[in-house]
Amino acid sequence: MAIQSPTVDIAAPLVRPTVASASRGYWPSVGRRLRRDPVTLVCAGVLLLIVLSSIAAPLLGLADPYKTSMIRRLYPLGSPNHLLGTDELGRDMFARLIYGGRLSLFMGVTPVVCALLIGGILGITAGFVGGKINMAIMRVMDVFYAFPSVLLAISLSGALGAGTENTLLSLTLVFIPPICRVSESVTTQVRGFDFVDAARASGASALTIVRVHVLGNVLGPILVYATSLISVAIILAAGLSFLGLGVKPPEPEWGLMLNTLRQAIYVNPVLAALPGVMIFITSICFNLMSDGLRAAMDVKA
Amino acid sequence: MLLYALRRLLYLVPVAFGVSLLVFALVHLAPGDPISAIVPPDAPKEVVDKLKEYYGFDKPLPVQYFRWLAVTLTGDLGTSIGTGRPVAAEVASAFGNTIILAIAATLFAFSLAVFLGTSAAYAKSRIVDRLVTMISLMGVSVPHFWLAIVLVIVFSVEMGVLPPMGLGPENSTGWRLDWPHLKHMILPTIALSVIPLGVVTRTVRSTVKETLSMEFVTALQAKGMRDDQILRHVLKNAAPTCLAVMGLQAGNLIGGSILIETVFAWPGTGFLLNSAIFRRDLPILQGTTLVLAGFFMLLNLTVDVIQTMVDPRIKRG
Repeated sequence: MAIQSPTVDIAAPLVRPTVASASRGYWPSVGRRLRRDPVTLVCAGVLLLIVLSSIAAPLLGLADPYKTSMIRRLYPLGSPNHLLGTDELGRDMFARLIYGGRLSLFMGVTPVVCALLIGGILGITAGFVGGKINMAIMRVMDVFYAFPSVLLAISLSGALGAGTENTLLSLTLVFIPPICRVSESVTTQVRGFDFVDAARASGASALTIVRVHVLGNVLGPILVYATSLISVAIILAAGLSFLGLGVKPPEPEWGLMLNTLRQAIYVNPVLAALPGVMIFITSICFNLMSDGLRAAMDVKA
Repeated sequence: MLLYALRRLLYLVPVAFGVSLLVFALVHLAPGDPISAIVPPDAPKEVVDKLKEYYGFDKPLPVQYFRWLAVTLTGDLGTSIGTGRPVAAEVASAFGNTIILAIAATLFAFSLAVFLGTSAAYAKSRIVDRLVTMISLMGVSVPHFWLAIVLVIVFSVEMGVLPPMGLGPENSTGWRLDWPHLKHMILPTIALSVIPLGVVTRTVRSTVKETLSMEFVTALQAKGMRDDQILRHVLKNAAPTCLAVMGLQAGNLIGGSILIETVFAWPGTGFLLNSAIFRRDLPILQGTTLVLAGFFMLLNLTVDVIQTMVDPRIKRG
């Protein structure tokens, strides 16, 4: 769950295919490489299945994930009417696992997207403007780097109190610094290239240079790095809920379900482990997809 | 060398200042008044005002911050609201337990990671390489608190061979180096080591592989050097990168142990932090966070300095 040190070398994506006859451009060739990568395709398929089923959960004709039943508690897997058994309050596990994907995925992806926007803007600004502004932004980030990421997330959520919004807020704060660092280092590298000087010499404004020349070269590595953070974010969000700091009961959420089912490990151990399997599968798929994306986009990170 | 260490230490001062600001802000981020955590909601206003004055909460924030900083720098972290004992004492005893677990987990994870990563880089057959890559992928993807529960289910509930929770046998007050205590450590150590194992294995594999393709290796081979001697040279060259990642992982492991300590009821800082959050014991929350962040900073500094010692090419400054 640790955020890996962001060392990015962006020299690679800048070298675009220069074959005169069949020049496909950068993004189409990335897409072509992705289509030929079976591992990434399978992972994308699994993720798509999880995402779609959790979005369409109300339409799937599942049991009510909130309906408790004192008689039908902790049914084992494969019970009639309850394919994956029932939880400690007699709620249908299959329905809760599918519905649980809604919050778990939402809480894993949202902070990374928010952090990508904020951290990306801060990092690109710091890298492009340089000087004192770079100093100011990056030194503030250093302060956040002085905390182990899990500790920062838990302390912030602990102080703010439990709840979905607070968890999103603290996770976003945790992911801004690493994204900012990557964006800054990539932008600083791009800024040194001749075409930026050329654009400036031809009278382009700073905003135009960033929009036209910097963003295109910087976005790839930042996106790849951000996708690798999603699996971290999903585990961390589930961990916070597991501690009772995230989603509140009776909402279905994988981390929270792991927590409440802990009392059942002596009665029905397989059932108690199920929500973790969902987290595990999702996180593996995101990691493999991020690896595939990195290879396809030819980013060394 | 020494100059570099000193300069780094000096650079740490502004960062430490920022950290202290953030930790101080934790209490004021909390919803409502910090006082409301101590007094019942129906307390008379005079009592609340008295308490505010006693804790200094009636002063403006900057004044409060510098007063807090001055007191904290003397080593006084305040008093726990829950137990009434000094925070410093509570954190110190919990910190020892966390460190014991962290040392065991880092030793286990790093030695296994170096072995796995190096053998994957050297492997002639693709199966070994694939297997190691898979292990490291699992390590970075597994929710470690779930793995902890699964370990408890398998080894405590089903097989009944290892204890499911606690620091040692019943009535154990402190950690000792004997079999019953070590038995309690096995499961938490494994659960805690999976993430660093995954990350470090990945780094060692790619760094050693990169080093192996360098020209000096070919030169050594041509010279007729034995393989095990070459390995020493390769590892020495791969060390700086790996060390940097290991240092970061060791620090993150201490932060990540919060979840593991909660599952195993291991009386460390994470367990303390978790119970403090639920008792709304803000001084403990603040003190634990500060101590852990301080330790993390010193750890990073140490790794940086060690790196310059190992790799004379890095000329800092």
